[in-house]
Amino acid sequence: MAEHRYGIETLCLHAGQIPDAVTGARAVPIYQTTSFVFDSADHAASLFNLQTFGNVYSRLSNPTVAVLEERVAALEGGRAAVASASGMAAEAMALMTILQGGDHVVAAGALYGGSVTMFAVNLRKFGIETTFVDATKPDEFAAAIGPRTRAVFVESLGNPSLVVADLRALADVAHAHGLPLIVDNTVPSPFLCNPCAFGADIVVHSATKYLGGHGTTLAGIVVESGKFPWDNGKFPGMTEPSAGYHGVRWYETFGDFGFTMRCRMETLRVYGAALSPTSAWQILQGIETLPLRMERHCASALAVAKFLRDDPRVSFVSYPGLPDHPQHELMKRQMRGASGLLAFGVKGGEQAGVRFIEGARFMSHLVNIGDTRTLISHPASTTHRQLDAAQLAAAGVTPEMIRMSVGLEHIDDILWDIDQALAKSQR
Amino acid sequence: MSDIETLRRIFATTRVIAVVGLSAEWHRPSYFAAKYMQEHGYTIVPVNPRYDEILGERCYPSLADIPVKVDMVDVFRRTADVLPIARQAIDIGAKVLWQQLGVVNDEADRLAREHGLDSVMDRCVKIEHARLFGGLNWAGVDTKVISAKRPRWLPY
Repeated sequence: MAEHRYGIETLCLHAGQIPDAVTGARAVPIYQTTSFVFDSADHAASLFNLQTFGNVYSRLSNPTVAVLEERVAALEGGRAAVASASGMAAEAMALMTILQGGDHVVAAGALYGGSVTMFAVNLRKFGIETTFVDATKPDEFAAAIGPRTRAVFVESLGNPSLVVADLRALADVAHAHGLPLIVDNTVPSPFLCNPCAFGADIVVHSATKYLGGHGTTLAGIVVESGKFPWDNGKFPGMTEPSAGYHGVRWYETFGDFGFTMRCRMETLRVYGAALSPTSAWQILQGIETLPLRMERHCASALAVAKFLRDDPRVSFVSYPGLPDHPQHELMKRQMRGASGLLAFGVKGGEQAGVRFIEGARFMSHLVNIGDTRTLISHPASTTHRQLDAAQLAAAGVTPEMIRMSVGLEHIDDILWDIDQALAKSQR
Repeated sequence: MSDIETLRRIFATTRVIAVVGLSAEWHRPSYFAAKYMQEHGYTIVPVNPRYDEILGERCYPSLADIPVKVDMVDVFRRTADVLPIARQAIDIGAKVLWQQLGVVNDEADRLAREHGLDSVMDRCVKIEHARLFGGLNWAGVDTKVISAKRPRWLPY
């Protein structure tokens, strides 16, 4: 008998959790405990040897966090996942699990500013070099791959550039060179895009954004597709005995979730960016309504984009849901909707942009995205201010650019606030 | 077939598991799996000509040498070596032929089914048990179990 295939709306509510074995609790219990007792010395030894599955210490695993991990793995169509304290921690964990000094990464230039800094500054301190290329040109990725390249990194939908990466083409390039494609899927969320379906091998999220949706809680997650052949000779750390975990061979022992086990037992265990159970629970509350929210975010963002496109006070609008966006057709092939993020320029340059932001009534000036509330920011003076002019250009940031994360307020109110703030920007 | 109901039935009716190719080295996957199943109430019968005893159980050179009734034959051998093991499994009256992760002998699979055995390929007996009866979910793996009933988990 073939297994029934559940829709993503159902998975958002049920995947990863069944009623509590002891109490019958239907909602996810919060296991707010640092540690878990062993039944015996032999049980403890089996747990430490990974010969049995179980909980030891909440830095490694926790039953509440595990519900989040399994749920997001299911939403992404992946095999397994490991959660982290933030999206940046998730990205760092994914990279640190497979990279070492002397390795090289090919990454899209149009990345979140914090990610650009991680590659260009922080990983570089450990001898890991990154070549940034145009996210829309798979040929540039192929040309930049060298003998020590060990990963290809992109955002499925760039923040704040709103560039859509051709995931199938990039996966083909990466796989032709024996490399995993790592995709930051934060902006679409798993409801709008599943990179693994287009060949991505590892997906990372800042769950702080649409997955949580409420803007209350930091979290990140790393998802593994389970399909990458880690025994292709380029990743001895996946196939040789682990020096960091008394001789376990991750790929041989755990197969299609070997990367996740290594990420958990080497990287998370040692660097310690574990997610708190209460935070995992809060993200899970958000995921329950992810499909409903994303549909509204998409519909309202499209209405806002059309409003701005027709407004003479606006110099440009970038939204992948508009037909004139360079990757509009690709977005339609790869995503269920264009998400709630858009960028536009206010005529009058940087100062007009500042006046727009300061003139808003309820649109919040802050640097998060994916909140229920409409958020606005000025990347050149906030998230991307550490970047130089060339990096700003590569990231798709211009001085007058406003980034907007369209929230769930009534669309008439959002358009009213934009209209009155634009009026102030032109004074 | 390896759907959830079939696997649950296999685990519920199996008592004795002959593990062909079981290693005595603690960090080998076969040792992981056999120790796990032993801890979860199954009797393990090691099959490996290189050892006398593994996991406190007497080790036999081949399936034909085992003096007790075997329910499942769990194969940790290369795909090319599975067919004769499948024939022996049928001869000794086993009910399940289980080929481990990475072991995929279609001919052995077909032969086992023709003789009325349940046959599973390319799966780990430990991982599937933990998937359906609890444990694997704690490792963040998608178990694909969707249910509004309390789990039939084992207390451990």
